[in-house]
Amino acid sequence: MHMADALISPTVGATMWTASAAMIAYCSTKVRGERDERKVPLMGVLGAFLFAAQMINFTIPATGSSGHIGGGLLLAILLGPHAAFLIIASVLVVQALFFADGGLLALGCNIFNLGFFPAFVAYPLIHRVIAGANPGRLRLSLATIIAAVAGLQMGAMGVVLETVSSGISSLPFSTFVSLMLPIHLAIGLVEGFVTAAVVAFVASARPDIVQNAFPARPLAQPSLRPLLLAFLVAAVVTGGVVSWFASSQPDGLEWSIARVTGQEELSAPAAGLHGRLAALQEKIALLPGYAFSGQDESTAAAIQRDERIGTSLSGIVGGLATLSLVAGIALLLKRRSLPAK
Amino acid sequence: MSRLSIENALTDFRRLDLLALGDTPIHRLDARAKVLATLAFVTTVMSFDRYQISALLPFFIFPLCLVILGNIPAGYLLKRIALVIPFAVMVGLFNPFLDSRAMVRLGPLAISGGWISCASILIRAVLTAGAALILVSVTGFSAICHALNRMGVPQAFTMQLLFLHRYLFVLIEEAKQVSRARQLRSFGSRGLGIRNSGPILGNLLLRTWERAERIHLAMLARGFSGDFHTRRESRFGGWELIFILGWTILFIILRVWNISAVLGRLLTGT
Repeated sequence: MHMADALISPTVGATMWTASAAMIAYCSTKVRGERDERKVPLMGVLGAFLFAAQMINFTIPATGSSGHIGGGLLLAILLGPHAAFLIIASVLVVQALFFADGGLLALGCNIFNLGFFPAFVAYPLIHRVIAGANPGRLRLSLATIIAAVAGLQMGAMGVVLETVSSGISSLPFSTFVSLMLPIHLAIGLVEGFVTAAVVAFVASARPDIVQNAFPARPLAQPSLRPLLLAFLVAAVVTGGVVSWFASSQPDGLEWSIARVTGQEELSAPAAGLHGRLAALQEKIALLPGYAFSGQDESTAAAIQRDERIGTSLSGIVGGLATLSLVAGIALLLKRRSLPAK
Repeated sequence: MSRLSIENALTDFRRLDLLALGDTPIHRLDARAKVLATLAFVTTVMSFDRYQISALLPFFIFPLCLVILGNIPAGYLLKRIALVIPFAVMVGLFNPFLDSRAMVRLGPLAISGGWISCASILIRAVLTAGAALILVSVTGFSAICHALNRMGVPQAFTMQLLFLHRYLFVLIEEAKQVSRARQLRSFGSRGLGIRNSGPILGNLLLRTWERAERIHLAMLARGFSGDFHTRRESRFGGWELIFILGWTILFIILRVWNISAVLGRLLTGT
């Protein structure tokens, strides 16, 4: 999922370069400030390890294809976010130069997608919160898998947003998202399983290494509740407010196409992949088109205020449905993990 | 990386490193000049809008010049570029399906905007991937790191890059051994699965960790003070200035005037 130079615009490339460069500067001062001299060779050699580990392929069950580990989360668990970010960034620089994987201007995007999300979001906000201060083996594995999936989903979302806002590819946002996220859900699960297995192996062979990763001062245990509350508020706000604008205003791509062709959307070939995906989307959507499908269409169109209420209601309902789905899965996992103990 | 076998990756690394040892006028230039010119090149190429093909074609001049003056084997380079463009092309191949309005007419044949932007993506991919590979093969990785350091990249990060490069070969060799041992024990491809990958990678990780501890002791014994030294010292002189200014001015000219279109008009007399 390396972004390629050919697909991004200089504006997007420069923005992501700035963000990644700032992160590199910040992490460099942080790592320097730790004054742990052993870390200098350790980080370098672990970067080489990540590179070598990505070359060891394994077959993925049920598909017959082969995959390899990404490793961002693994490094964050072992060394903490700052060192992990620097290591991932250095591996990506080498890949960009020696294999032209991604490219020079897309480097900023790639460092951000593959470094920032696992090291600074998935590890501190998901893995550490779920794993807690002194996790058992099962809890540690569960935290690792969930964090790996979440990190890869965010990275894939980053790829989509960067590609669409660059406007070189004609792929519309919804199509690209519905391609990328399911694929990376599978990749994330594999990444999570393998990372959890490696962490478990290291914990049994060299417990001191993993022990260092969980510092003596425990995380404040009740911090989970405000975090969940913040997520809930954020979900309701984005669902409610953003969806007002999402449907009524054409996005940048649609707008530019409309200006060129004079029609709102291009008539994509209905028989093609796009048509099939759109049909699939219609079928599986609970709230088709994000408005009440049962509502009388003429009245909904007549009063825009009503339409806004319709969309923001469906946005909130969608957000809540997603949250309850997540909560349901969590409950299910929790219930299944109890008898195992 | 999955498309590359471990042996191939190792050979590629060594080959690029060996190419960087060359002694041509391009190799002798200060690394900063080459890094800056390459960045200017990539940025200009990417700044064209997505339906542009003809204006991109003159930009092949930059990689061609460096390949010829730097004495880089072109066939090898093309093979490497062919390995890396599939992702861009995969996304680009959606364009013809999504963007089907006719843009160019060649007699009875109408070419849709999607095919044009797809071709544009392909050209961009070749140009930008080629630029990165050429940069490393005419400059060398450690020289690039020193250039980055002198241009203000924090030392903690350039040191990380140098360390990574230095131990890459060692660890790829180890990964090769582990991987070969696993293959030899997995008759009927049993044992290649995801279940065994945890202990295998964990083992490699522990060996790495212990190696890092030994390296650190060895470094302390040799009085490591936080600096790497390179063999080739270079300075930013007149040739470097000419190199950067010359290319930048050319890129600006090619960005403003579409040479292909001008030539086409001249040749067809319209």
